[in-house]
Amino acid sequence: MPTLEETAAVARVGRQTSRLVHPVAVHQFASVVGSKEREGPLGPAFDRSYDDSALRNPTFEEGEVRLLKEAVMLVLQKAGRSPGDVDRLCAGDLLDQNVTVAFAALGLEIPTYGVYGACSTSAESLALAALAVDGGYVDLAVAATASHHLTSERQYRFPVELGVQRTPTSQWTATGGAAFLVGRGEGEAQITHATAGIVRSKGIKDPNNMGAAMAPAAADTIAAHLRETKRAPDEYDLILTGDLGLVGRRMCLELLGEEHGITVDEERFLDSGLLLYRRKDQDVHAGASGSACSALGLAGFLLPGFAEGKFERVLFVATGSLHSPTTAQQGHVIPCVAHAIAFQRGGTSV
Amino acid sequence: MDAQTYLKRARTAEPPAPYFRNALLAFVGGGAVCAIAQAVLNFFIGYGFKAPDATGPTAVVMVFFASVATALGFFDNLAEWFGMGASLPITGFANAIVAPAMEFRTEGLVLGTGSRMFQVAGPVIAFGLATAFVSGLVFLVGQRLGV
Amino acid sequence: MLAQLTMDFGRVTGAHVLVLFVVLGGVAAALGLYDPLVKFAGEGAALPLPGFGYALVKGVVLDVRETGALGLFTGSFKATAAGMQAAIVFGIIAALFFRPAR
Repeated sequence: MPTLEETAAVARVGRQTSRLVHPVAVHQFASVVGSKEREGPLGPAFDRSYDDSALRNPTFEEGEVRLLKEAVMLVLQKAGRSPGDVDRLCAGDLLDQNVTVAFAALGLEIPTYGVYGACSTSAESLALAALAVDGGYVDLAVAATASHHLTSERQYRFPVELGVQRTPTSQWTATGGAAFLVGRGEGEAQITHATAGIVRSKGIKDPNNMGAAMAPAAADTIAAHLRETKRAPDEYDLILTGDLGLVGRRMCLELLGEEHGITVDEERFLDSGLLLYRRKDQDVHAGASGSACSALGLAGFLLPGFAEGKFERVLFVATGSLHSPTTAQQGHVIPCVAHAIAFQRGGTSV
Repeated sequence: MDAQTYLKRARTAEPPAPYFRNALLAFVGGGAVCAIAQAVLNFFIGYGFKAPDATGPTAVVMVFFASVATALGFFDNLAEWFGMGASLPITGFANAIVAPAMEFRTEGLVLGTGSRMFQVAGPVIAFGLATAFVSGLVFLVGQRLGV
Repeated sequence: MLAQLTMDFGRVTGAHVLVLFVVLGGVAAALGLYDPLVKFAGEGAALPLPGFGYALVKGVVLDVRETGALGLFTGSFKATAAGMQAAIVFGIIAALFFRPAR
């Protein structure tokens, strides 16, 4: 067995970036969404959708729990596995105390690590799952997340029926749940690197302008990843961000150029928040957001793309705003984080 | 890039708010609501109320309309279009109370509906009363001084 | 319309605008500026929230005239009771029978 030092020599590529030593892949993925997501451009790629966003439950919160639970059960079903085969569930959501995960996990009988990364949860949970598998600590792990437009509005903003005009920079929280089965061996979408983000802020205080708040963290993590792996942006077919939206995406590109000297081909720099809905006619202002947004970008666009052989290598960067309604009202800045996962088509060299 | 420059740049990246359209729609919407209210007022005057007494029932009727619109789920659609035109009149006040009352029913009538219904309307009542108090005080003092 | 512009340009929330205009209405009433507006515009001036501020202030002044200092505390509620009570009661009724749209 290699010593810890020998492993670290290969695996610890930098302070933020870890390189997986063994082949680890996302072997299966599943998604359950609401009607707005089904009607968006990625609609057909999602496994299941519901018109009633409460899924026939008395509260929207219970509907969100169902979305997460069904996504997890579905991914296991598609892989021909049962909950008893899964060693670890890494999952997070947007609600206070991560309750959605708690209630979804209740009854699943899977050892669970709950995480909070706001809208960066998909990448954070994937990173933890992948690292656990790569270290040999678990055989099979599931990374999952969910969010719901109406539960988010209730918690972070205003009651649903309140007549409030949303600002042009505001984003629409995606309603959906997604789950990813991570295990050893080669597959269509290998996870090769995980880059952990540093919490950043450039002074944005307005929770209606999260895209601008998150862009600095995104630019910072992308730069760190490229620097530590010694890769150039064009070595990736695509960089897919979480939910920067219209404003965040623009600011991220500018920051990458000005502060890090990195030029990215705009055609190959896409954002889940802009892919999930048709901005013009679905009335989502600056785009989609929510922990499910990036996860649905993964499940509805990126991973199907790998399955169809469209991509060789992609950098997935999920971004999150780590404020609370209290801190925002108290006039504090919005601290943000971005986590990155590098994917590669199975059978190709790293 | 320092924070100030960043904020300025982020502003330019924003899609612009349709200021003119918003202002125009607020004007039209607010006007429409007030016109309806005037009609209701005239109805009550015709019914036999004296002009100042008719404002009470008129307020109740307008609140009723707004409450029904909120309960049936289309007040927020109206407000998305007409902005402050729907929110500023007493119809907005009614919506601000009825919407959270409905929403937080799931947390129980007492802690949910009862406490949350004042979430938005509370500041209006609080500061409106405070202003009235101060004005009244000034008036009282003036009266005593023989102004 | 002024309120809409304030919200769009001032980048403040709806709640802030409502409070601002209630206070402005109250101040205008106190300065005697609101009465002529009501005479001219009827419900157009009385209904909106500045009108609420106007009603609160007028109520206080009237009550102070009639009942003295106690009016400072009872006047506002006397004048605006109908609207407020209606909103609260209808709110509870709506909560009992209606749910937010899914």
